[in-house]
Amino acid sequence: MIRPFLTVLETVFLLIAVSILIFISMGLMPGDPVDMMLAGNPNATPEDAARLKAIHGLDQPLFGRYLAWVGNLLTGDLGYSRLYSLPVFDVLLPALLQTLILLGAALCVALVIALPLGTWAAHRPGGEGDVTIRAFVFTGQSIPPFWLALMLILIFAVSLQWLPAGGLEDWTGWILPVIALALPMVAAYTRHIRSAILEVKNAQHVLTARAKGVRPAFVFFRHILPGAMPPIVTIIALDLGTLMGGAIVTETVFNLRGTGRMIYDAIIGNDFNLALSGLMLVTICVILANRVADMLYPLLDPRLR
Amino acid sequence: MKTLIGLLVCLGVVVVLMPGHDPNAVSLLNAMQPPSAQHWLGTDSLGRDVLARLIEGGKISLLFAAITVVFAGILGTIIGLIAGLCGGGVDRLLMRLCDAVIALPLLPFLIVLSAIDPAALGLGDTGGQTRLMMLTLVIAAFAWPGVARLCRAGAQSTRKTDYVMAARALGVSPLRIALRHILPVVAAPVIVALTLATGQVILLESTLSFLGLGLQPPTASWGTMLNNAQNTIWSQPLLAVWPGLAIAATVMGVNLLGDRLRDRMDPYYALKVAGSGS
Repeated sequence: MIRPFLTVLETVFLLIAVSILIFISMGLMPGDPVDMMLAGNPNATPEDAARLKAIHGLDQPLFGRYLAWVGNLLTGDLGYSRLYSLPVFDVLLPALLQTLILLGAALCVALVIALPLGTWAAHRPGGEGDVTIRAFVFTGQSIPPFWLALMLILIFAVSLQWLPAGGLEDWTGWILPVIALALPMVAAYTRHIRSAILEVKNAQHVLTARAKGVRPAFVFFRHILPGAMPPIVTIIALDLGTLMGGAIVTETVFNLRGTGRMIYDAIIGNDFNLALSGLMLVTICVILANRVADMLYPLLDPRLR
Repeated sequence: MKTLIGLLVCLGVVVVLMPGHDPNAVSLLNAMQPPSAQHWLGTDSLGRDVLARLIEGGKISLLFAAITVVFAGILGTIIGLIAGLCGGGVDRLLMRLCDAVIALPLLPFLIVLSAIDPAALGLGDTGGQTRLMMLTLVIAAFAWPGVARLCRAGAQSTRKTDYVMAARALGVSPLRIALRHILPVVAAPVIVALTLATGQVILLESTLSFLGLGLQPPTASWGTMLNNAQNTIWSQPLLAVWPGLAIAATVMGVNLLGDRLRDRMDPYYALKVAGSGS
């Protein structure tokens, strides 16, 4: 009875620790927000600076500022974004939607390619197909994702001029970013799907079904795939953090206004509120996905039902 | 793997024989030149020799990765051994920490932490060396859990063996037990794990440098070269090709080396892979 309670407590504790870490690191970044605000104004006096700092609470000690920020957060006030001159909430929400579409599309593409590949590789371990696929996976995991994105631009936008190099004027703008994000995932997932299928392929219930003369397709979809699914789902959920990193890189290279790009811009541009909220949002999503995956595992596994 | 190492050796010979170019020598009159006898891979938008920068960048990337991995290895070994030997609450706390670090979205956190101004930490000097060290520590802070888990497992499995019990009965200090009796047991898998981590660190460093948060220009690094190449991709597309190929080849080489080491140190691993997959 006490276990779920402990998990929740631990998650909350982790989130608090992470928020403190982010808060402190943001304070250690080069450039003071108020100094930057005043840099463009030659008439500003040191008194103005002090007053502005007082307005934004920057004259308080770090811990006091942290508490104030948490208080605002709990009442739903995320503050204003300095770069966009809009409430952080209004900036983050559209960006989050766009990133979710990008990640979702890439995930679908990756699974559509990786499932058959992994299954084929597991069909005859050590066979020709397996060796070829393993070489592909190996190469895929050695290529830096941002370079893959650059090469896609180089080939399809610069040389062939088939697709736009960035931006989202129409739907063709989605193609390259989704591929750039999906291909590294294909490499990783193929490997995991192969092992997951190998784990159940020779299980007794599968062998029994085969011995009874059940059609191979039926054996695969009814007996092998359900058994292989739980680890695959878990790995995808655990991989969300990596995926978020991929989104930052992809959105930066292709100049898309998603959460990843926004966090990056906010950190570079000293947009304290936006960076803080964006990072917390991403961290909360990733950690929750991890926890959900943990809880989902027993529900997905037909043997544990 | 042999081919790749052979290629690296060839590259080394080329470096020695090559007309000596300074990787950071700017020459605007020679900017954006195509490959020639003088500049084998041409020059970039500031007229710097691309091949010279490629080689210099490789040196820096490899050195950086090696130092980072050693740091992560030391950190992971210490934490893992403490967890495995102490057991109980300490063990639980450290392993939760391990899980937490793994659960965090890596790249966003690396971006935040590497954007920290060393001067704000009171380190004063914001020169290249300080930045390099900070970046090393930041990446190492996220790379230790794998090693820690290996060491903890090793410590737990050896803790109850007769020779460790005997050592303890003789009054040998825990530190000496850890170093003399447990470390040798976990050394092989740790070395393999660290070799495989090297490839990851090279990828991370190049990503951060590409985003402008890793090694800072004018330091030649494969990531910063790609960052520059992004701006000239329409006029000089080839500049974006070489550094990426260099990263991919290096990471592949290091990964192959890791796989080979694992096969050597754990002959049963290959059988396990064939049987159940990895």
